[in-house]
Amino acid sequence: MSNPSSGPETQARALAPSAPAVVPAHCPHTLAFHATSYRRFLWKVVCDATDGSAWFYAWMILLTAFALTGLHAWAVQVRDGLVVTGLSDHVSWGLYIANFTFMVGLAAGGVMMVIPAYLYHDHEMHDLTIVGELLAVAAIVMSICFVVVDMGRPERFWHMFPVVGRFNFPVSMLTWDVLVLNGYLGLNLHICGYLLYMRFRGERPNPRWYVPFVYLSIFWAISIHTVTAFLYSGLGGRPLWNTALLAPRFLVTAFIAGPAFIIVLLFALRRFGGMRLTERPVQVLVNIVRVTLLINLLMVASELFTDLYSGGAHTASVHYLFFGLHGANALVPWIWSAVAMGLASAVMFLRPGVVGHPVWLTLACVLAFVGIWIEKGMGLIVPAFIPSTLHEIVEYFPSLVEWQVMAGIWAWGLLILTVMLKIALPILRQPHPVVP
Amino acid sequence: MNRRTALKAIGATLGAAAFAQAIAPLTQWTEDLTIDDYLQKHYKELSPFDLGVVMARMEKETKEATGVDVHIGDYRPQPGVKFGYALNLSVCVGCRRCAKACHVENNHDRPSGNSYIRVLEMQKGSLDLAKGRVNYDHAVPDAEKFYMPVQCQQCDKPPCVSVCPVEATWKEADGIVVVDYNWCIGCRYCEAACPYHARRFNWKKPEVPAAEINPDQGYLSNRLRPQGVMEKCTFCLHRSRQGKLPACLEACPTGARVFGNLLDPESEIRWVLKNKRVFVLKEDVGTQPSFFYFFDV
Ligand code: SF4
Ligand code: SF4
Repeated sequence: MSNPSSGPETQARALAPSAPAVVPAHCPHTLAFHATSYRRFLWKVVCDATDGSAWFYAWMILLTAFALTGLHAWAVQVRDGLVVTGLSDHVSWGLYIANFTFMVGLAAGGVMMVIPAYLYHDHEMHDLTIVGELLAVAAIVMSICFVVVDMGRPERFWHMFPVVGRFNFPVSMLTWDVLVLNGYLGLNLHICGYLLYMRFRGERPNPRWYVPFVYLSIFWAISIHTVTAFLYSGLGGRPLWNTALLAPRFLVTAFIAGPAFIIVLLFALRRFGGMRLTERPVQVLVNIVRVTLLINLLMVASELFTDLYSGGAHTASVHYLFFGLHGANALVPWIWSAVAMGLASAVMFLRPGVVGHPVWLTLACVLAFVGIWIEKGMGLIVPAFIPSTLHEIVEYFPSLVEWQVMAGIWAWGLLILTVMLKIALPILRQPHPVVP
Repeated sequence: MNRRTALKAIGATLGAAAFAQAIAPLTQWTEDLTIDDYLQKHYKELSPFDLGVVMARMEKETKEATGVDVHIGDYRPQPGVKFGYALNLSVCVGCRRCAKACHVENNHDRPSGNSYIRVLEMQKGSLDLAKGRVNYDHAVPDAEKFYMPVQCQQCDKPPCVSVCPVEATWKEADGIVVVDYNWCIGCRYCEAACPYHARRFNWKKPEVPAAEINPDQGYLSNRLRPQGVMEKCTFCLHRSRQGKLPACLEACPTGARVFGNLLDPESEIRWVLKNKRVFVLKEDVGTQPSFFYFFDV
């Protein structure tokens, strides 16, 4: 809906008659100016987000249908209790918390675009950092949703807020997680919103207003996943989690899943969003995945070695996961398919010319992504509860409700991501403001 | 209005209708919620007067829902008391009457047969929990086995308490770890943290037939629990803080259970700690239980 006849420069001047004829970089505007200009920006955002081809509408309707099905399943769960899930006192966390963990990783992985762009001053990556940050925003929203649907009393959410509730800080790792997740969400919203608004106005963004936040977000990304890992590794009663390697492993898998998702997303944006895409950013992402994939394999092997070579009762969960225990083996197919996907994607990623083969690369990314999703879920959250702390073996099978809620949240996340990208792309397509 | 805008309007209307349909179960659920219940403060922040009002309200609600007159009391820790429990594994026969008594005393959900106590049938010659099982069903005792009931160990360093994000669970001055059922958000982090499988979650609203409801209730112990919150053994604080013994102890036919004040040098539990070979479960996880096991040797 942008009007090509009046460039952003003219708009800016028309809106601020008192401003000098040529708007210099970092020109301070009055609040009144921003009030009008920001309203126009928001209006454009709304128009962009709701206009599109028939394909766009079909995609949005599909996602909405899934999201609403999930919402309904969750509403039933709230009414009837978590008894409608496959969870029990033995396996008290399942699909929801598994997805939560994975989503935090995806959010942290989104920032992987930022590191090469800013730490190594790779200018070609700058535009794409916004894609990574928008992914982070969607993933954080999804991870918060996954926590909410896991709550037995979601209406008491306010008990978690500082001041009005009772915030068990700094003792409970979960309160830390609430803080860092919301902080990360705020950071990314600020960076994306600011850059896009400046682009819309045709002004050069003032580095003071975003560069410090960008650097902060890099550390913050690491912190969200580290804190989430501490959530589990701090529990002495669950040997599977009680390992110092958990946080590094979380980070490494995040830095596989994030870039893998972004590669596929970039291809999709080139195909459906008319985005210009050179080989260079994809190459950078592929290089990241190559390294992290290998580190991950090394870490998994080290952990398995400690667990299986030394033996003992505390390795029962690992045995259950990989080989089954006393005839119970629900997770065995899951974990071996994750292993197979991890290995297959590693082989594909390590081939020299992989960047030149978008189809193979996409397949490799999907395999890596799904493999890690299984490993973080069925391979990490669930087996820690089997056998239970009194060594009872009670297996867990997610119920239909859980799958529906999960699909709903995924659809909701993709919906948010689509809308945000829809808004961002036209703004990004505008020519860069002149560099002085 | 052009065609596109009209389509958008229709789409939005349909979407809103579908949304309302999707969340319809929530409206059925909120019928049970009252604003008082929703805004109720944390137990520790209620003044004695407010707490009285809250308990009266709960008694009234129970009366309306079940027709039963219950009494809910607020029993506070007594000064100079720290409760401890000891269990004689040489005489426990694995009859599970303690678990049954707990079920009745604490108004547990009937269909699931819930109880705070699990009795493990263990292989003689080993304390390896992996060699025990809870779902034995034959005449007891089996001469090849010994029996080990496990319930909340009322740890001095309770991991369940430190992980709770909203302080809905805490350790009281007399050593009992409690849950405020009206403050818990049902995240089940504490259940994941407890190394003794001592916590129970209300996956649905507990069902207790009116005739079987135990009317002597404590705010922090055996009152009827709402759906979606955590609960656990409280050493029957509505009894023990009034000088009575926990229900599991009274039910035990062999006298395997010893309960008392760890701070009182004359108490039976102190005698046990002094004269028997005592051990605690999973000492290595650092929880420092107030629940002890011993053998007559
Ligand atoms: S046994 Fe479990 S529930 Fe009881 S105090 Fe210890 S950690 Fe908490
Ligand atoms: S389930 Fe309730 S008591 Fe347990 S950690 Fe969560 S809020 Fe606290």
